[in-house]
Amino acid sequence: MSAGFYYGVEVFLNGLMAGVMYSLVALGFVLIFKASGVFNYAQGVMALFAAMTLVGLQNGQVPFAHLINAIFGTHVKEFGWHMPTFLAILLSVGVMILFAFLVERYVLKHLVNQEPIILFMATIGLAYFMEGFGDLMWGSEIKKLDVGIPQGGNVWIEENTAFLGGEEFYGFYIDSLDIVAAIVAILLVASLVLFSQYTKTGRALRAVADDHQAALSVGISLRTIWVIVWSIAGFVALVAGIMWGSKSGVQFSLSLIALKALPVLMLGGFTSIPGAIIGGLIIGVGEKMFEFLIGAPFLGGATENWFAYVLALLFLVFRPQGLFGEKIIERV
Amino acid sequence: MNEMTDNSTVGYMTDDGRQIGGTMMEMKNITLRFGGVVAIEDISFDIREGEIRAIIGPNGAGKSSMLNVISGFYHPQEGEVWFHGEKRPTMRPYKVAQQGIARTFQNIALFKGMSTLDNIMTGRMTQMKSSLLSQAIWFGKAAKEEAEHRQKVEEIIDFLEIQAIRKTPVGRLPYGMQKRVELGRALAAEPKLLLLDEPMAGMNVEEKEDMSRFILDVNDEFGTTIALIEHDMGVVMDISDRVVVMDYGKKIGDGTPAEVLANQDVIDAYLGVSHD
Ligand SMILES: Nc1ncnc2c1ncn2[C@@H]1O[C@H](COP(=O)(O)OP(=O)(O)OP(=O)(O)O)[C@@H](O)[C@H]1O
Ligand SMILES: [Mg+2]
Repeated sequence: MSAGFYYGVEVFLNGLMAGVMYSLVALGFVLIFKASGVFNYAQGVMALFAAMTLVGLQNGQVPFAHLINAIFGTHVKEFGWHMPTFLAILLSVGVMILFAFLVERYVLKHLVNQEPIILFMATIGLAYFMEGFGDLMWGSEIKKLDVGIPQGGNVWIEENTAFLGGEEFYGFYIDSLDIVAAIVAILLVASLVLFSQYTKTGRALRAVADDHQAALSVGISLRTIWVIVWSIAGFVALVAGIMWGSKSGVQFSLSLIALKALPVLMLGGFTSIPGAIIGGLIIGVGEKMFEFLIGAPFLGGATENWFAYVLALLFLVFRPQGLFGEKIIERV
Repeated sequence: MNEMTDNSTVGYMTDDGRQIGGTMMEMKNITLRFGGVVAIEDISFDIREGEIRAIIGPNGAGKSSMLNVISGFYHPQEGEVWFHGEKRPTMRPYKVAQQGIARTFQNIALFKGMSTLDNIMTGRMTQMKSSLLSQAIWFGKAAKEEAEHRQKVEEIIDFLEIQAIRKTPVGRLPYGMQKRVELGRALAAEPKLLLLDEPMAGMNVEEKEDMSRFILDVNDEFGTTIALIEHDMGVVMDISDRVVVMDYGKKIGDGTPAEVLANQDVIDAYLGVSHD
């Protein structure tokens, strides 16, 4: 085989890795949408906020430092200690659970039985509130996130695959961070699936996603379930935030990964967990391969910006219910 | 209203020799409105331990609304609900379920995407004790609990003779079978009071006979108290101990099947209004 072929394979593999990240973000959307019928516009900002919280805790930043200084005329900035990563992650999870609790208590509770569009609007409000709140709490400057995940091309893979393509091929270049991200995502999804299939609460989650009235009738508290679902979505956001943040820093643009999840959802359907995963992979691979095979040689490149959306649009036209959704036939 | 009101603590003996106990649930002067519509108007009645209590009446009489009040889905503007001798505060439906009141719905509310087995397993929700944390961390313990409850669910599946559809997603089952699964899910909670909203609607004669038999067996074998809504007068006469008759939100009759059949208001209501 020629080196060109192997570079194609490399692009494919990198596409898969990128796809895993898209899947992860889309998964957060699907979880909340299934259980509460809410399209959570704030999912991306949740990832940003979670990552900011993690960095802030790690670096011993004083939360609301700017506000405190403005009011009391002080100059506090940092506590002066460095929190172990594991503890910081654990505390960040706690913060996301607290956040879920507050969202249910002060927003969702008051919007039961409202139109989906109203709920959607509420999450837009929530997203901007969180963004501002995050800045106030931790400051808006770009931060570096390091939780100890190795980064850069994986040397082992590169050396051990170099023999494949002869003279001009130097082995696959795959970022170690992407590999870790993929493994973490797979573990996360697997444990979510196990949890939802084989535990009482998991079954309650599925029940609520399926039929609210019936769920109530067997003694499931919708409000408790919503807190749990938003907590899980918050956890997924934290994981996504860690991966993206490690790669490109914790900054506003991290919240835009939510926009990448949109085409994934259009492809995979809003209610299907396998759909979110397969959809993410298709988009990840699709945009990288398209750029490699067609975009760069013929279209002047930069097709990755729009490819996912166009693919999703085509999908909407030909298969509006998504990959795994059931075809809806209007009863007349 | 009739001669039974004075033995609310001692109960009574049915014609077929079953001992009915004291009052389990008492509805006192319930009024429920939806905007201008008065769905229930100042209705009182009781349900005794161990009895099969029917609620009948023409379409739109307010029967389902009454069941929804009992199960906490609707909250009446006026009146009181007494359960086991205590006045019940306004209660969310899931809390009512946790108190041992299970129900089925007129328009079947199953988890369509789940299998028969899983649907009935959700009925065990109120009986399962393991906390969220232990499920997430101590997976083995939760798994053991699952297995125990699974056993109970299998018994219910055998009881309702639905072994053949254990793994079928219920959305694919025919209507009559769905009704049966819904009954199974309610039974799985081992309820003290079982509420059935038209359990035999849309069934053929044979299916109705099966369902009647299940209801009688549940009452007989487990001592479960049952309140049910039913349009088929033949079935009502066959299986119920006492009947409440509603019309336009009002109670127009209450007593044994023979008594309400002889009641002139009841006869008028049924002749005057078409029903199925
Ligand atoms: N959620 C609701 N919102 C508004 N009106 C309601 C609601 N539920 C019931 N009603 C009204 O209350 C009245 C009684 O309805 P209900 O469903 O209790 O009657 P029913 O006796 O069960 O009738 P059917 O035999 O047709 O099932 C009807 O006029 C109905 O339109
Ligand atoms: Mg009804």
